[in-house]
Amino acid sequence: MTTHSDGRPSPTGRLHADKVTLAYDRRTISTDLDLRIPDGSFTVVVGANGCGKSTLLRGLARLLNPRSGAVHLDGRAITSYSAKEVARRLGLLPQGQVAPDGITVVDLVSRGRYPHQRMLRQWSEADERAVRNAMEATSTTELAGRPVDELSGGQRQRVWLAMALAQETRILLLDEPTTYLDIAHQVDVLDLCAHLRADRGYTLVAVLHDLNQACRYATHLVALKDGAVVAEGEPTEVITADLVRDVFGLDCRVIADPESGTPLVIPRHRPGGRPGGTTKEELIDATY
Amino acid sequence: MTTPRSSSPPPLRSSGERLRGDPDPWLGGASVLAAGPGSARVLRRGERSVVVERRPLVVCLLLAAVAAGVVVGSLVLGEIQVGLPRVWATLTGHGTAIEDLLVLDLRLPRVLTALLVGAALGMAGAIFQNISRNPLGSPDVIGFDYGSATGALVVMLFLDGSGLQTAAGAVVGGMATAALVYVLALRNGLDGLRLVLVGIGVGFALISVNQYLIVRSNLYDAQSAAVWLVGNLAGRGWDHVRLLAPALLVLVPLALLLARPLRMAELSDQTAVALGLRTERVRLAAVVVGVLLASVAVATAGPIAFIALTAPQIARRLTRVTGPNLVASGLTGAILLGISDWCARELFAPRPVPVGVLTGVVGGLYLAWLLTREWRKGVA
Repeated sequence: MTTHSDGRPSPTGRLHADKVTLAYDRRTISTDLDLRIPDGSFTVVVGANGCGKSTLLRGLARLLNPRSGAVHLDGRAITSYSAKEVARRLGLLPQGQVAPDGITVVDLVSRGRYPHQRMLRQWSEADERAVRNAMEATSTTELAGRPVDELSGGQRQRVWLAMALAQETRILLLDEPTTYLDIAHQVDVLDLCAHLRADRGYTLVAVLHDLNQACRYATHLVALKDGAVVAEGEPTEVITADLVRDVFGLDCRVIADPESGTPLVIPRHRPGGRPGGTTKEELIDATY
Repeated sequence: MTTPRSSSPPPLRSSGERLRGDPDPWLGGASVLAAGPGSARVLRRGERSVVVERRPLVVCLLLAAVAAGVVVGSLVLGEIQVGLPRVWATLTGHGTAIEDLLVLDLRLPRVLTALLVGAALGMAGAIFQNISRNPLGSPDVIGFDYGSATGALVVMLFLDGSGLQTAAGAVVGGMATAALVYVLALRNGLDGLRLVLVGIGVGFALISVNQYLIVRSNLYDAQSAAVWLVGNLAGRGWDHVRLLAPALLVLVPLALLLARPLRMAELSDQTAVALGLRTERVRLAAVVVGVLLASVAVATAGPIAFIALTAPQIARRLTRVTGPNLVASGLTGAILLGISDWCARELFAPRPVPVGVLTGVVGGLYLAWLLTREWRKGVA
């Protein structure tokens, strides 16, 4: 079922969910969900608002314990690892972060090293290198001494990304990493992700709202509707006009992206709009 | 953003990837951490490494010096002045009877009690403000102090307990209050603001309970209990120091062990868990240590208001670093209470006021300022 974009089969996934039921107090989001994250993939999860994308990511990162079923990491139930052990293997950048009052960039980024540190090993040479590299990769080195709350939204997002990179986990889950960024910085972040995957062997799982960006960057696309996987595979196989209508309720054409050849979703032109108005999702798509 | 987006991201390098003979540019110079406000330095010895933040270190040394100054000042200055040479002579066992009484029996134990209580309150405040991520989340605001007071009052008024038993009562009362506030405030993880609001509510209820306890007791007990409830250090002697000192000797190191996890707990719960912090466990340990610190302070001096609220905020502004700032908060609390108690003792002579009145008035103004600031932040 799951293959890399280069056609390599990936029988083993370091990270997979087996029949997980994810729920908050009384609200069940996903029931008996199976998902295998192909190793070395840039897996992008798409779906309408409130379909359970973030919940899925939280479940995969053991931030939310499944009511039933289990998430497996490297062949073992993720719950059987110590908290720091998981954090050395798998990183998660949640959405909508709030930085502590007055914290500086370097202070925040360096906290990504916590799972590698101990009481008497507070700052190893590896810590130093990882933080410098992470800040360099996200172009935040010049901001090192600045308080995070004085930065622009785009700078802040890159600082959080730097913190997650400093963690140096080979699996990185990103919940809407491009929110608050202008289009140039969105592409910057996605280019960085693509680079991490292609040259550094990272496995990336990201929730993205922009379908066209998802198609361009994903090696593996997962479409989610009402907490269930509707389709997954290569973007060219997954994204069709029918699927977009099914998942987002949007009439569209799908053509080949003139730059990359990946699917490009173009919403149908509706002069004067339509009764009921447009959803946020459609507005986002409509801008492309 | 300073980098043009056309430039491809620089390659990431991992620790193992450096080529042999490739001198690592990072390790020769200062650590990247030096860019922070604490201008941190890394002390390394083989595998072991410790981060020392210079600014907080200097601040703590200065605060310790000020605290020592408060002790000396309290011994010297007063309605009856005892000159510095005479204080020294008295401390070394060459004082007159009146000097012995004044310096060794009255002033020294009282100022030491003030410093120890202040330190305990300051650290407790730092812990609770850290885990609630809110400057208002301190034990005197969120009701824990009043719960300790309830426990202590029950022992004092109805069980006729000793000092140690009163302390035990305070601990039980504080723990029960903390448990109650947490159960009421927890819902899908801890929300700092909800904790503060629930705590304020529970605090008000406990103030009524405390007043009821006093009304129910006989007149003599009621009066001394009422004075105690304001927060008072008058008449505190070596017995109190002997109770406080060992307690802090155990609790302070425990609190310091929690300093690093507490720094991580400042991040959102999700981020902290993603970084490998067992937030629930850290929080539980921190609450236990924090309640114990606040309880021993309350058991000794009554629920002195606002030291726990203000000390961590002052300390934070002095050190400029994030984290609970435990040592600086403790020292600041000690200094604040030491000075406040001296003022309460001497400025109002011959009718000294309980120190709680003084901290209440000064701290109340601070609280008003803090509330308007938080309010504006919430609206913005």
